[in-house]
Amino acid sequence: MPVTTLAGGRKATFLFLLLAASAVLLALGNDAFAQFGVPRPQAPPPAPDGIAGWLLVKQAEFYRMLSGTIRAAKTDGSAVWLLMGISFAYGVFHAAGPGHGKAVISSYLVANEETWKRGITLSFASALLQALVAVAVVGIAAALLGATAGTMNRAVWWIEIISYALIALMGARLLWVKGRAFLREWVAMRAPKSVGAAATHTHAHHHHDHGEHHHHHAHDHHDHGHDDHSGHSHGPTPDQLAGPGGWKRGLTAIVAVGLRPCSGAILVLVFALAQGIFWAGVAATFVMGLGTAITVAAIATLTVSATAFAARLAATRTGYGSLALRGIEVAAAAVVLCFGVALLAGYVASERLLGA
Amino acid sequence: MTRLIRCFALAALALLAAGKAQAHPHVWVTMKSELIFSDDGRATGIRHAWTFDDMFSTFATQGLESKEKGRFTREELAPLAQVNVESLRDFDYFSVARANGKKADLGAPVDYWLEFKDGLLTLHFTLPFKTPAKAQTLDVEVYDASYFVDFALAEKEPVTLVGAPQACKLAVARPGESGAATAKPGEAFFNNLAPGSNFGAQFSNKISVTCP
Repeated sequence: MPVTTLAGGRKATFLFLLLAASAVLLALGNDAFAQFGVPRPQAPPPAPDGIAGWLLVKQAEFYRMLSGTIRAAKTDGSAVWLLMGISFAYGVFHAAGPGHGKAVISSYLVANEETWKRGITLSFASALLQALVAVAVVGIAAALLGATAGTMNRAVWWIEIISYALIALMGARLLWVKGRAFLREWVAMRAPKSVGAAATHTHAHHHHDHGEHHHHHAHDHHDHGHDDHSGHSHGPTPDQLAGPGGWKRGLTAIVAVGLRPCSGAILVLVFALAQGIFWAGVAATFVMGLGTAITVAAIATLTVSATAFAARLAATRTGYGSLALRGIEVAAAAVVLCFGVALLAGYVASERLLGA
Repeated sequence: MTRLIRCFALAALALLAAGKAQAHPHVWVTMKSELIFSDDGRATGIRHAWTFDDMFSTFATQGLESKEKGRFTREELAPLAQVNVESLRDFDYFSVARANGKKADLGAPVDYWLEFKDGLLTLHFTLPFKTPAKAQTLDVEVYDASYFVDFALAEKEPVTLVGAPQACKLAVARPGESGAATAKPGEAFFNNLAPGSNFGAQFSNKISVTCP
């Protein structure tokens, strides 16, 4: 194997680590904190530009069209189709904003080395749950019990707390599992370099997994070169991690992310209820959820593809590549945890004007 | 290597989509504001009238008792108005005032009430300046830093000066005037990527009064 390619591979994995780190910063800085306005920097940033500005304008446009279309649907049946179209578009654009768990889902997928198929399933399932919760809250509280906005807010508030706590717990669990895997690998990699055969021997007693065995074996042959390890994976392979038994894990993610109903959906439902066409609001909510799911799934797929690429690099060039991959997983797990905590700490801001 | 680049492009795109587009307004407010001056030319307060969009108005009045269905009197809305101003306190009433460039503190709102007209709620309230002062320049900005609420100045007569000295001049800048819809991705776009940016500030409505 030419040295240059190897170096390139290491460089690439290093860059991916950097990318993961910047993802943490971006996700935390922009998504959670800015939305909930925890720290408020003084200097106003420049005007919205490009993609962000465009998404923003589109989203606002579609949202403002919703109420008029719901009104029209009361008398004109064909307006219902228009309502569905607008709801779908709103869902697609709206999901690009925070609160739809795309960052949590993406980080979760990376941390767990999930497949893109599972990413899509998770995205759609959580979006469906989100729509169901919104319909349930408005349907039971407003339509059946005639509750006020304040009461609904309190209900949503509790749902949010549970949802955010679940995200934090999920992150903590992931961080624990992935952090240990990372440390194990790190120790395994350092062992043959820094200590003698005797020490390595005792070391092997503590760890009975196969990756360790390979390494130890290589060491016994007094071969310190890492190139020799080609083909041996030190940690569990992506397939092993993404294997069966993951359904329960997936369910936690779906519930944690999908539990919190979208404020937009609740507003649409209450408005439709007031117009006497609650069913149109329900239909709009589900179509909105479909649009949301598509955006979240697309982002999740991109994230998984990027990680899969890193995983391939790691598989062909053992040692640091694989360790780097474990590092990315740890970072992603930390993102999930931080999200949960940040959301828990800042939840009050999300429904402020409505009062509780 | 090309694969790597392509992969990076994808990942970067995902990050941009995930991190950048955080716009999330759920409440739209059309605002009219009055700047109140005392007889001796001091600015004493800001009188806001914020009209909420139809969906939010419907939501906020959902389940409220009223004599006439779908109509609400000022009295019937009084408890909601109370909740509104109390919640707004946590957000400094989304209003930032500067007298001669220095931050001027605003007190708790007075004279607040809600009005329900044509299906829309309007929140009236006055924010008094803690220390009314004569100022050559008085700037008031209204925005939500987290952009949950979209503030827009009304089309007609968005701002009026009440009892201001004759020589005072009023200037108003809307957020749209910075070209939110048409701008191309430029350097500002990438500067915007800084974490923790005061995102909503770019949708600020700026009111400036200059008195010689």
